Amino acid sequence: MNMIVLRQMDGQSLIELQGVTKVYGTGQAAMHALRGIDLGIEEGDFLAVMGPSGSGKSTCMHILGCLDTPTAGTYKFKGIEVGKLTRNQRTRLRRFYLGFVFQGYNLLNRTSALENVELPLIYRGVPAGVRRARALQALETVGLNGWESHTPGELSEGQQQRVAIARAIVTEPAVLFADEPTGNLDTARSREIMDLLNGLNRDQGITIVMVTHEPDMAAYAKRIVRFLDGLVESDGQNGRAT
Amino acid sequence: MLMLWSTVLLALRELKRNVMRSILTILGIVIGVGAVITMVTIGGGATVQVRQQIASMGSNLLMVSPGKRLGPGQSSGNIPFKQADVEAIAREVSSVASVAPVSSQSIQAVFGNQNWSTQVTGSNNQYFRVTNRSIRSGRQFSDSELRAGAAVCIVGETVRKKLFGGQDPLGEKIRLQKLSCEVIGLLEGKGQSTMGMDQDDIVVIPLSTYQRRISGNQDVAIIQVSVRDGAPTDKAQRDIQLLMRERRHLSPSDDDNFNVMDMKEIAKMLTGTTQLLTALLSAVAAVSLLVGGIGIMNIMLVSVTERTREIGIRLAIGALESEVLMQFLVEAVVLSSFGGLIGIVLALTASVWLAGVLRVPFVFNAGIVVIAFLFSAAVGVIFGYFPALKAARLDPIEALRHE
Repeated sequence: MNMIVLRQMDGQSLIELQGVTKVYGTGQAAMHALRGIDLGIEEGDFLAVMGPSGSGKSTCMHILGCLDTPTAGTYKFKGIEVGKLTRNQRTRLRRFYLGFVFQGYNLLNRTSALENVELPLIYRGVPAGVRRARALQALETVGLNGWESHTPGELSEGQQQRVAIARAIVTEPAVLFADEPTGNLDTARSREIMDLLNGLNRDQGITIVMVTHEPDMAAYAKRIVRFLDGLVESDGQNGRAT
Repeated sequence: MLMLWSTVLLALRELKRNVMRSILTILGIVIGVGAVITMVTIGGGATVQVRQQIASMGSNLLMVSPGKRLGPGQSSGNIPFKQADVEAIAREVSSVASVAPVSSQSIQAVFGNQNWSTQVTGSNNQYFRVTNRSIRSGRQFSDSELRAGAAVCIVGETVRKKLFGGQDPLGEKIRLQKLSCEVIGLLEGKGQSTMGMDQDDIVVIPLSTYQRRISGNQDVAIIQVSVRDGAPTDKAQRDIQLLMRERRHLSPSDDDNFNVMDMKEIAKMLTGTTQLLTALLSAVAAVSLLVGGIGIMNIMLVSVTERTREIGIRLAIGALESEVLMQFLVEAVVLSSFGGLIGIVLALTASVWLAGVLRVPFVFNAGIVVIAFLFSAAVGVIFGYFPALKAARLDPIEALRHE
């Protein structure tokens, strides 16, 4: 149950965390969010990150997503040490390799679903025509054809989450990070979203890292990593670790 | 890289979403640009008008007045001119075409139950030539009327309108204080003077009548002289100066206790004053442009705070700092340029209207329009930069958490 499974790094991993710590603040007020994480993620994996709030899973996601850098330890993405990159270099990494499904969707308000999905392509410099075609295709993948011109306010929560997923996959990222993708949804909708993610992982080979606190949702993943107090508590293939 | 054009489109879409706020934001710029252009345009029109009036006045008018040259204490110990001085100038200075004595004061003119406060001027027939006036109907003063100080007058267009309405004034009698005088002539309308005075608000009576019945002394306030065409004005000016020094028994060491002014100089001074005033007013208006810029900064800062999440999303999914900076900067510039454009349209409309009301010509000044527009765009860059930088520097994680 409490067995800590350390995966041996072989340098070929897509994502490689070694002794990663994250400390917020200094001195007495210092908050140790991560106390030394070792984690490797292979291409094509579908990882569920679980753990109580404050266990460091969100911080870890931010570091994995190149939104934040570790205080100590190394994070290698495709062999590149992210901690040594500048802010703009990390932005480029996100732009070209990573997709995000944020908690609470985080779509642009008063902006159509299509425009929301097109956004990451705009920053990639994709020409308008191609952009539109790819965005429409992504919306179709998440089953939202016909809803392109609707703004988030005119869509249900499940639909908004689908738009968020479409936005994340439209760039065909190497890794898709999903932070509580079913957090606000009822069971039926949650299952639809999970089936969608599962399909993307299975059919398109997109590596998925998903934070969730629902065991039902984690059950869809190939591998489950549990965090506790800033450390990896358990890590194992689905069904074996628990 | 994000193309500039798509950034502009993005900015336009963003501004369209917040039409009301956008309008309020640019109000300062609109007013600033509008005020500057209006001031400069009207000021330019006024300058042109002054120049036109100088041209119509002729450049050969001299004005001889008692007292030292414009300056403090000029009125102390003035020895007034007399009719003899007028005659001496006409007689002795060869380059002079006409000489007119002028004494005047403001008096209530009464006809029937109408009354009107007007400028009553005592002079002679030369006055009409010197001041470029002509008699529309009736006649000039006769020699005997001038000599005897007869109770006759020639009225200006404004006085006719105010006192007589549609009635023919010729032969009617108007009362000026205790003097009841017959209207023998009507002057052609002349319009406003350079100083904005109504030149038609005038009643001319013979100088002798004025001296005897109104001022009660033999003084002549000023002497107006027109120089013969082709004769050099400065020579006439010097001749008159020498003559007057002699007549006033001034020793070579004494300063002039009178003043011979070339109207050209006065006109030049007036043009200068008009231009200075225009520059001053424009400077004040330019300050409002600055205030407009601060308004833009204010709203942009609010906008950045309001859109923190949006900025977080953009940064997280791959917008570079420079792209976010550019987005907000372009937004600010588009806003302020819009303000500039609206300001220009308003200013030109207002200028045309004001030019009509103030009776100055409307002179379109392309230079100031271009400058004001460029300045408004620059205001956007300058005051948009700080908020844009603030947006670009946001931490995407923090920004995404922002509610």
